[in-house]
Amino acid sequence: MFDILGIPAPLLFGQLLLGLINGAFYAMLSLGLAVIFGLLNIINFAHGAQFMMGAFAAWMLLEWLGLGYWWALLLAPIIVGFTGVVLERTMIRQLYKLDHLYGLLLTFGLGLIIEGVFRNEFGSSGLPYRIPPELSGAWDLGFMFLPVYRGWVVVAALILCLATWLLIEKTRLGAYLRAATENAALVQAFGVNVPRMVTLTYGAGVALAAIGGVLAAPIYSVNPQMGTNLIIVVFAVVVIGGMGSILGSIVTGFGLGIIEGLTKVFWPEASATVIFVIMAIVLLARPAGLFGRA
Amino acid sequence: MQITRRSLMAASAGAALMPMAPRLSRAQAADTIRIGVLNDQSGLYSYIGGLNGVALAQAAAQEFGNRGFQVEVLRADHQNRPDVGSNIARQWIDRDGVDMILDVPTSSVGLAVAGVCREKNKAYINVGSATSDLTGAQCAPTTAHWVYDTYMLAKSTGGATVKAGGDTWFFITADYAFGHALERDTSGFVRAAGGRVLGGVRTPFPGTSDFSSFLVQAQASRAKVVGLANAGQDTTNCIKQAAEFGLTRRGVKLAALLMFVDDVHALGLPTAQGLVMTESFYWDLNDRTRAFTQRVRSRLSNNQVPNMVTAGNYSAVTHYLKAVADMGVPAAKASGTEVINRMKAMPTEDDAFGKGTLRADGRHIIPSYLFEVKTPEESKGAWDYLKLLQTTPAEEAWRPLSEGNCPLVRS
Repeated sequence: MFDILGIPAPLLFGQLLLGLINGAFYAMLSLGLAVIFGLLNIINFAHGAQFMMGAFAAWMLLEWLGLGYWWALLLAPIIVGFTGVVLERTMIRQLYKLDHLYGLLLTFGLGLIIEGVFRNEFGSSGLPYRIPPELSGAWDLGFMFLPVYRGWVVVAALILCLATWLLIEKTRLGAYLRAATENAALVQAFGVNVPRMVTLTYGAGVALAAIGGVLAAPIYSVNPQMGTNLIIVVFAVVVIGGMGSILGSIVTGFGLGIIEGLTKVFWPEASATVIFVIMAIVLLARPAGLFGRA
Repeated sequence: MQITRRSLMAASAGAALMPMAPRLSRAQAADTIRIGVLNDQSGLYSYIGGLNGVALAQAAAQEFGNRGFQVEVLRADHQNRPDVGSNIARQWIDRDGVDMILDVPTSSVGLAVAGVCREKNKAYINVGSATSDLTGAQCAPTTAHWVYDTYMLAKSTGGATVKAGGDTWFFITADYAFGHALERDTSGFVRAAGGRVLGGVRTPFPGTSDFSSFLVQAQASRAKVVGLANAGQDTTNCIKQAAEFGLTRRGVKLAALLMFVDDVHALGLPTAQGLVMTESFYWDLNDRTRAFTQRVRSRLSNNQVPNMVTAGNYSAVTHYLKAVADMGVPAAKASGTEVINRMKAMPTEDDAFGKGTLRADGRHIIPSYLFEVKTPEESKGAWDYLKLLQTTPAEEAWRPLSEGNCPLVRS
């Protein structure tokens, strides 16, 4: 056994892996935010609440309908995505022509209301949700003990990120979307239903948050505050990666997860702040973010 | 706009009544005792006391009845922030005529508000905070500390764990006043019993939801026991993730130093079974606690049962009002110190905690109970979660008066 900077190597490898797993959550959530901001110009502060709704939807499907984890993974994003569609149609749509600040305030308020409603309904102590039997257990990697479920989270996050990136950058639909952000009127003139596309994009971004929520349900406690803890970090990730950059949010999500993981070993007390320190440095050096276009 | 004769008359009649309004409210205030319940009503600790804590303070006031004075219960959310908490306390005392401040969980806020009440000479009964400093180095003549503290938790849970063979410890500590006090008090017991503390991490509070990194560090230390010096979601997340990372299966014992019955509910019995925890109240402890629970349960949201803190609010208000009735409202309003002194002079008794006393340093002295979380098979229904392992008698459960360094006791 050898040491790196006074920390035994196996422990360090373990922490790198754990950082990667947390990074998977950051990447998944910031991806949804980046899609929404990139294509709709809305800073979606309700994202944390929508992540929480995903976890609660999984719990409700199990408790009330007896539908397990895999069904939840399919149905929760659809249900929560649909609520996103309703929000976009009824409220967010009114704000596209205004400054970003209005969208931020509206979604921030919506997030608080959603959180409050869930707290009233379910209390704040949290609800139990178990790891599905197929994914319980753990692998002994020699340097650490890796729960199968955490491995699954990383794989699922990577697949989702890759699929979203391919969809937006490489398909015809993605090309329409990107074109509509540049010049909506012109794309509409070609016969594309831009308002509907925008609505569905918001719904898809929200659905990504909900998938994150379902994936998180078995490892964090399912409670109304679970989104608020994450959302601020995720915003920092989006800012560091460059607002609206899909690739940027994926790479920074994983990268910051790893940096945070290492901080937890070398200086645990600072682990909640390290991401914001990086954010400040990046903003000073490259105001548009690491992957953003100035 | 047209001014009619009728509206003019109404307005002047209103104006004539106006100067009387303040006098009326002042007259009311003279025989109204105002209790302000200050706790977390929206954040991660809101399930512990929160609105249920307010409801049970009101229940105590109603059951007390009208004995020549009115009781009014106010409430506010301190958001777990010491600055917000002390500001509300000041406003309540200076502007709204609040006579006693109750509950105040989150030790950092609890200590800050203790300072305000001491400065203003108002009675302060802390129920929700855990730090034993409230009756130790930072004790005050205006403070009473109800129900539990870090020393009592450390002695009961920590002592029992060391006795069961867990002699090497690693702490996962919430990085603020409460976590530090709980770690300090537990380490004391571990060392006194011949055990060793191998290390620990301080985790940022609030804002940590993933503890896997800290749990892996704990495992690498090869300690037999991982002491969780945290509360609420932090504790439930730690327990969930420790099971996930196989700590418990590899023989590492978790010592959840502060758990509430609601935390067991949140974890579910399959995950929580076998954990030991310390409380001074459990709804199913005896006939009196069951009767109490049945009587007040309809007041609680989400079909919860009273926990140690909400029941503590009930008990504290009951005892406070007895003291106020005994000394008279004007005397009680004049000096918080005198009310607390009167409370110290009378034995405490209520259905939730039975008989007890209030000690010179402000410590509420009652027995503490060590429970084990039942297995799913043992549980007979909703909220049937705990079985009693041992009772620590009131005389032994708390830090001896001589060891607390409370200036009130030395002088």
